[in-house]
Amino acid sequence: MATQHTRVLGRILVAPSVILLFAWMIVPLAMTIYFSTLRYNLLNPGLERFVGAENYTYFLTDPAFIGSLRNTLVLVGSVLAITVVLGVLIGLLLDQMFVGRSIVRLMVIAPFFVMPTVSALVWKNLLMHPVSGIFAWIATSLGFRAIDWFAQVPMLSIILIVAWQWLPFATLVLLTAMQSLDNEEKEAADMDGTRPLSFFFHIVLPHLARAITVVVLIQTIFLLTVFAEIFVTTGGGPGTQTTNLAFLIYAQALLQYDVGGASAGGIVAVVLANIVAFFLVRLVGKNLET
Amino acid sequence: MRMPLRAAIGGISLIFASQAMAQTTLTIATVNNADMIRMQRLTGDFTAKNPGVTLKWVTLEENVLRQRVTTDIATKGGQFDVLTIGTYEVPIWAKQGWLLPLEKLGPGYDVDDLIPPIRAGLTVNGKLYAAPFYGESSMIMYRKDLFEKAGLKMPAAPTWDFIADAAKKLTNKSTETYGICLRGKPGWGENMALLTAMANSFGARWFDEKWKPEFDGPEWKRTLTFYVDLMKAAGPPGASTNGFNENLALFNAGKCGVWIDATVAASFVSNPKESSVADKVGFALAPTAGLGKGANWLWAWTLAVPAGSKKADAAEKFIAWATGKDYIALVASKEGWANVPPGTRKSLYSNPEYLKAAPFAKVTLDSINTADPINGTVKPKPYVGVQFAAIPEFQGIATAVGQQFAAALTGTATVDAALASAQTLTQREMTRAGYK
Repeated sequence: MATQHTRVLGRILVAPSVILLFAWMIVPLAMTIYFSTLRYNLLNPGLERFVGAENYTYFLTDPAFIGSLRNTLVLVGSVLAITVVLGVLIGLLLDQMFVGRSIVRLMVIAPFFVMPTVSALVWKNLLMHPVSGIFAWIATSLGFRAIDWFAQVPMLSIILIVAWQWLPFATLVLLTAMQSLDNEEKEAADMDGTRPLSFFFHIVLPHLARAITVVVLIQTIFLLTVFAEIFVTTGGGPGTQTTNLAFLIYAQALLQYDVGGASAGGIVAVVLANIVAFFLVRLVGKNLET
Repeated sequence: MRMPLRAAIGGISLIFASQAMAQTTLTIATVNNADMIRMQRLTGDFTAKNPGVTLKWVTLEENVLRQRVTTDIATKGGQFDVLTIGTYEVPIWAKQGWLLPLEKLGPGYDVDDLIPPIRAGLTVNGKLYAAPFYGESSMIMYRKDLFEKAGLKMPAAPTWDFIADAAKKLTNKSTETYGICLRGKPGWGENMALLTAMANSFGARWFDEKWKPEFDGPEWKRTLTFYVDLMKAAGPPGASTNGFNENLALFNAGKCGVWIDATVAASFVSNPKESSVADKVGFALAPTAGLGKGANWLWAWTLAVPAGSKKADAAEKFIAWATGKDYIALVASKEGWANVPPGTRKSLYSNPEYLKAAPFAKVTLDSINTADPINGTVKPKPYVGVQFAAIPEFQGIATAVGQQFAAALTGTATVDAALASAQTLTQREMTRAGYK
């Protein structure tokens, strides 16, 4: 269709925007890589010098590094599982007709609009606190011992808080997808006498596949960098049980204005995020191609 | 009707704008604490006395402020003319030559009225680099009624052993009364502030004279063992996430027998609007371990001028106003004596009106006076600071060490394991930073 001529012309016309986008990406990346090879602390000016891979070896051999990697994956994986499964179920419920549906929908979406620090504080001091929290009150009034959430199950507590925040997002996307399910398809299934469960597994779930992919991809990007919830509640502790990569970079480098170390940590995080994204796209990305 | 009014307003603002052109504008970065907000409200007094100066405020939350101000000064950004910084930053920045020595505060300023330990922490090579706006130490706040019921009497200068005994006697888990509340949330300004000050009283220090960390020594082991045992026996559940605000809430709800924390808390716990135990609170000096050093820390929010500022004269004028005696009198006349910024001037603590409004004034002053940023440890130390070491690496190291100590508190790590990893990680960072 396109002649040799128009193709060349097209490339020339597209070139400026491609170059601009490329520069937009490559300049900060190159600078970060350059800084990561320097001994560069903002608070000790005048001592900058090239140190090669020293920043990387220090970051990668940090005793907390492997643990924080594991914590990051556990956090992302669990939150994804919880939000997608519950998101589908709540989406199904909200897709039904009932009185006050719009108000219920609004309330379900509400947690997404609460700032992470605020919701973390609410969970920490009003819900999970072992002396003044509601959970402790319920437990003790039923005759059980109150759970000290952030000391006994710190990771689970963080997962619950983050999942609570992201559940509305998943629900919202999945609900919209469900509403786009063709009514005729539903009627046809009804007429054929399809039972609800097989209707769900054979028609609704395949229909949702693409929406679920989108939810998983977008959430992964944000969940890899969860920070505020950890900073406010456990401070990465006890020990390093809730230290994820983002918090490790913060404590290792940002807190002491170590530009070199922070850049190295950032590059490591970018590489790891790309590895995760690569497998993720491989795993679920096929849904997006069709 | 509407249009002429608008035109009039426009005209007036034009006049003001043209006047502002000829004026010096000071940009002041400050923290969003109640005392600073009050200072902002009262600036009318300053601008009335100094018609040539207008003030622009940048008010930020503590962590954000620290980040913004540090990056600005380190990169010589020059955004701010007056900086609000803590006693941690002042010695580091002064050594870097980033701050202007305050030498033109004026004859009425009376530098010698500043409380000596606070002044010592802000002085480098004999020059004052920042003026304190308010200062604090830490002390014991305790419930007089619970002590009486248990037949205990708080001495003026208690020891840790007495506090531990008393805390265990006061604890009654069925009524949710816990003998002692101490910080446990990891962070260099959270649990490490308490534990470092506490370690000072047990004879420990962060580094020896050659900058070698000392977590493998017997003093730190005694400190951490004592802390963990005490909190297990008499502390509230969830202590590993309690910081200042959480403990304040617990104490105000009547759930703590003893609380050791910042002296500024005294005005909150004895304020009947906020506290359910306001009339039952007593105050005492932070405990010692019989080694001559107390477990009280020292902190001040201060105002400083960045080096190279072109508006240094106006900036120093402002600082002299905000940290001077007249400002204290101004706050007292407008908002009452209980609301004046505490902990900076000796004269405040001999003022009978203030002493009447603040029953905790004497203990506060004694606490500040016995905290020593230079010689605060039993053995000599190479760093400035009571509950911190004023070196750039401290924030990061102490936050990581704080995590280890929080693990010891929850029992997920033993005291020995926590100290061993604290020692390794501190050693690592110090070697990397070039302290050999």
